[in-house]
Order: sequence, then structure tokens, then C-alpha cells
Amino acid sequence: MRLSRIPLHYVWRNLFTRKLTTVLTAGGMALVVFVFATVLMLEAGLKQTLTATGLAENVVAIRKGSQTEIQSGLSRQEASIIESSAPIALNAMGRQLSSREAVVLISLQKKGGTCSKSDPPTPPCTNKPANIVVRGVGAQGLAIRPQAKLIEGRRFLPGSAEIMVGRAIADGFEGVQLGASLHFARRDWTVVGIFDAGKTGFNSEIWGDAEQMMQAFRRLNYSALVFQLRDTDAYASTQKKLEADQRLTAEYKRETQFYADQSKVMASFISILGSVLSAIFSVGAIIGAMITMYAAVANRTGEIGTLRALGYRRRSVMLAFLLEALFLALLGGVVGLILASFMQFFAVSTMNWQTFAELAFSFTLTPIIVLKSLLFALLMGMLGGFLPALRAARLQIVDALRAA
Amino acid sequence: MSQPAVSLRHVSKHYLRGGQVIDVLKDIDFDIAPGDFLALMGPSGSGKSTLLNLIAGIDQPSGGQIIVDQVDIATLAEAELADWRASHVGFIFQFYNLMPVLNAQENVELPLMLTTLNARQRKEHASLALEMVGLSDRSSHYPNELSGGQQQRVAIARALVSDPSLIVADEPTGDLDRKSAGEILDLLGQLNTELGKTIIMVTHDGRAAERAHAIRHLEKGELSALEMLQPAKV
Ligand SMILES: Nc1ncnc2c1ncn2[C@@H]1O[C@H](COP(=O)(O)OP(=O)(O)OP(=O)(O)O)[C@@H](O)[C@H]1O
Ligand SMILES: [Mg+2]
Repeated sequence: MRLSRIPLHYVWRNLFTRKLTTVLTAGGMALVVFVFATVLMLEAGLKQTLTATGLAENVVAIRKGSQTEIQSGLSRQEASIIESSAPIALNAMGRQLSSREAVVLISLQKKGGTCSKSDPPTPPCTNKPANIVVRGVGAQGLAIRPQAKLIEGRRFLPGSAEIMVGRAIADGFEGVQLGASLHFARRDWTVVGIFDAGKTGFNSEIWGDAEQMMQAFRRLNYSALVFQLRDTDAYASTQKKLEADQRLTAEYKRETQFYADQSKVMASFISILGSVLSAIFSVGAIIGAMITMYAAVANRTGEIGTLRALGYRRRSVMLAFLLEALFLALLGGVVGLILASFMQFFAVSTMNWQTFAELAFSFTLTPIIVLKSLLFALLMGMLGGFLPALRAARLQIVDALRAA
Repeated sequence: MSQPAVSLRHVSKHYLRGGQVIDVLKDIDFDIAPGDFLALMGPSGSGKSTLLNLIAGIDQPSGGQIIVDQVDIATLAEAELADWRASHVGFIFQFYNLMPVLNAQENVELPLMLTTLNARQRKEHASLALEMVGLSDRSSHYPNELSGGQQQRVAIARALVSDPSLIVADEPTGDLDRKSAGEILDLLGQLNTELGKTIIMVTHDGRAAERAHAIRHLEKGELSALEMLQPAKV
């Protein structure tokens, strides 16, 4: 059964006869939807980047209770025990696919707005340092991370002070070009390669030899042990077995989960911030829609009376005006989404508060965000249109006709 | 003769304004036979529109019974009354009251949206109604592209398209020049004689009233005796 028998073209043509009001009202809603969608896209980009960082078949072992690799410590002895008791995959040469890793943070200068030597310094001369993850990896460290592909230069040589940098580092930071020398931990490290790990956290890291890093940073313990399972389904049994071992004090997460967890704090902050901002802005848009719709009801009082006289019920009139508000909101929602979709061309590089490390990610538009944004727009339309529609429905026929 | 098309029994209507009761209609009693064409006249503010609105079921009396086609419409629930209007009453207004965003065809189809007709049937019915008022060639024109007389003809097509037995017209020629008014009155006469519609028309214009079978005068809320002009066709 048709809900409102009032023809839909009556509803939407009315929107287009008052073009300016429609454009202004829908424009206000579009801006709110833009903010709403953009924030969700930021959150999605962050989550997606961190979730994509890990592989399901890899397991990360860190000291129990440490949230990040930076805080963790894992002794050589523990690493050996894990390697000897976990069902770790072997490579063609019969070597275990596991990597003992040393993870530290160093500070680097971000590009842009810096006081460069060659150009005359631009007025807002800000040197923005950022914390970068330096990851010392074991011999199989690259083999278990096939998503990181060398795009320039070569791999670092084990046992040397050579490093390779992720694409986001190479693009966003000063002094990390191929052949450059970086000074940290009282040593000079030469950049011999640039790798691209796609939209992952690894793209914002610097990789070198684990043992070299341990020496340079005077570490006795590894930060983590990362190994590849022979069978990805063996994760639960492996975790159980390792946790039951009295000699071990580590915890074991799938690499995917490990990185996904690192997005939690910031993702929830972004989403709370986004919700608060959207809620505040939406009040304006809802009031705008309400004013527009009250004006529409006032202007069309005679039409409402006529429709009712012809036999349309209050319900139909109510629905027609609600639909009008919803169309208006949908229009705003679609425009807002189109604007927001352009944000996909922008990337953000910022500190992940959970790890204190710099992370590059981009605004990501997902079908869920599209759906949420449109529903949000419709909700604004509903809230803005409800009272005016109610007024339209409650008019007395004779009064409405008299007002015409 | 069969049952009257419309019977009013002790119908009264009063408004409360600033704590004061204003009697607009007092104890109105009258019948209209099916197929009759009645003109309602009277000075401004005498309650003509109020009476017409009561008969058409868009207003509620303060007291009394209004029986139209054997239904006491004063007892119907609001939604039932809306459905009853959709199938039994055609409205013609002084200012046409067409939807400006709908073209002639769509305006005429509007009452048909409330029926079980499908889109194709609605189109056919509306085209036929427009043909009857001589506006087939204007079906895609919007109200602001039509003259007042043409707009009123579209409104007549809209009033007759759902084939109601009763047509109420409140000063249908009040906003028209003499020639257009003549055309509208001709059409109303046609609806009455050819289609057998019962018509109640409020008018200030004596010439318009002469087209009816009978005239009733309303003064200070009371109805005058029936003034017969021509014998009602049965
Ligand atoms: N909603 C209302 N509240 C108070 N008084 C009303 C209301 N509607 C109508 N009236 C009064 O009822 C009386 C009759 O009004 P009505 O519109 O029926 O007159 P009419 O005979 O159609 O006049 P006209 O020839 O000017 O159209 C008027 O005095 C009017 O002021
Ligand atoms: Mg009147």
C-alpha cells in the first residue's frame, strides 16, 4: 500500500521551485555531512592502515602487559624457547621464519615548513620533529613481511650500519633520501633502500639489522619476536601452549590484531570528536531545515487545505512534508559525501598516541561511511521536518482554505 | 422521488471568539434532491461558505445531522470522512486551488491517487475529464500558463474525474470575467444535465444563480424559502 498517496513529483518539484532556499538549506546540511564523513574517513583510514599492517599468519610475542613493542622486552632465552616450541613455518632452506626484533623511536624532521638551507626560509619557520619507529629485524624479518617491497636501492646488509626507509618516511621527512646518512644512537647509518609497504604502518618505519640496533642502543633484550605459523589455524593452540610454559612471560597476538589494537585509542578519540562536532553543527542544520519547512508549510497552507478537501488524510499530508524534508536532507547528504570523497586524495601523517610513533594514513571512504552519512543526513531531515510536517497535518481544512 | 441527495436536520454552527458565541448557522433544515442544481446566495458573512463546507464534509457542525447519500457525515471519523469526500464530493473553489507545481493533467489525476486505479487508468480518466472541459491540448500546461477561466476548467475536470455524485462550488465565477464565467456556468450546467451531478453553488452573482434550478437565500444564519427557477430534472 502506498504510504502517502500524494505523488512524489509534487514533493520534489516543490523543492526545486524554491531553488535558493533549497540550495542554502541543503548546503548547510552538506557541510555538516562533510564534517561527519571526513572524520569517519579519518578513523577508517587509521584503522585500515593499522589493520592492514599485520598478516594473519604472523604472531607477535611481546612481554605481557606491555601495550607496544617499544615498552616490551623479551630476553634472548625467551626468544629461543618460543622458537623451539612454536610450530613455526620454514623457508625453502629449512630456516624458521621468525624475526627477533629491536624497536626504538628516533626523532626526525618533517618536511614542509622547515628552515631549509637552500631556499630563503619561509616566515612560519617551524621545524616539526616527529618520532619514527626504527625496527631492527632478524634475518627472516623481510621474508615474513612480503607486503614491504623494495622500490629503490637495495636491502641493508646484515651486520652493517645500513638501513632502509619506508615510503611515507622517504616522502615526508628531511634527509632520508637514498645514500643519505642518518645519525642516531651515536652512529651514522646509511640509507641504502626505500621500501613501499602500501597502506600499512610499516611504511612509516625505518628498518635495519636487529643485532646492530641492539648494540647501538645498548639493549640486552629484544622488543618482540615475530614468527610465521606453519598453519594459520594453529594460532589458538600455539597461544595456549606458550602461555602454559612457566619459563615464558610473554603474550602472543596475531599480527593483524596486534596492529588493529594500536588504532583503538586514537580511533575512539577521532570518532568521539567527530560525533561531538557533528552533533553541534547538526543543530544549526536541523534548525535551518525546520525554518525552511515551516516556511514551506506557511506558503502552501491553501494547497494543504485543498489536498485535505480532495480526500487526502492528515497522515498523507504529514508524510508529504516529511518526505520533502528528507529529500532535502538527502540532497545535502549526497553533496556532502561528494565533497568528502575528494578528501581521499589527501594523506595525514601524525603521531599515534598509543605508540607515540609517527603514522601516515589517508582518508578512506567506505560503503559503511556512505551509509552512515546518508542516515545521518536523513536523521537531520527527520528532526528538522517533523514539527513543520506535524503542523501541516494538524491544520483544520476550513482554516487552511481560508488562509489561501 | 427517491431519497434526497442531501438532508440537513437542525444543523447549527457557532464559533467561540473571545469568550463570545457567534451563531453562524441556526437550526438549518433542508433537502436537496439527487440531480438538483441549487444556488446559495446571501450577503457576505451570512454563512454560505460555512454551510457549503458542512455539506461537503470539510467542517463539523455544532449540532444537527447532515445526511448525504444516506450517510450521516457528522458521525464519521475523520479518516472515514476523508475517504468519503474522495469518493463522493467534487470541489470547485473561487481561486481554483490548483497545485502550481503540477501540470493540468497531474492536477486532474490528484483525486485519482486515492482510488485503486493504476497509473494508466488514471491517465486515461484524467485525459477524458480534460477533454470534457475542452482542455485536451493544455494537459501539459502548468496553472501559471493558463488563464483564470482555463484554470477553473481544469479544477472542474479535477472535481468530476473521480465521478462524485455531489459537486460543491464556492463562488466558482467570483474571480472571472463575464465570458469565462459564462463558460464555467455552461460546464456546470452540463455536469448537471448530462452527468446528473447534484450541484450546490454559492454565488453573489444573480446571473450565475439563474443557471440553477432553485435559489436559497441565507441571511443571518437562517435560510429563506426555496425559490424555484426551473423544474428539477429527475
Ligand atoms: N474560524 C472562524 N472563527 C470565527 N468566526 C468564523 C470562522 N469562520 C467563519 N467565521 C464567521 O462565520 C461567518 C460566516 O462566514 P462564511 O465564510 O461562511 O461567510 P460567507 O457567507 O461565505 O461570506 P462571503 O460571501 O464573504 O464568502 C462570518 O461572520 C465569519 O466571520
Ligand atoms: Mg464565502
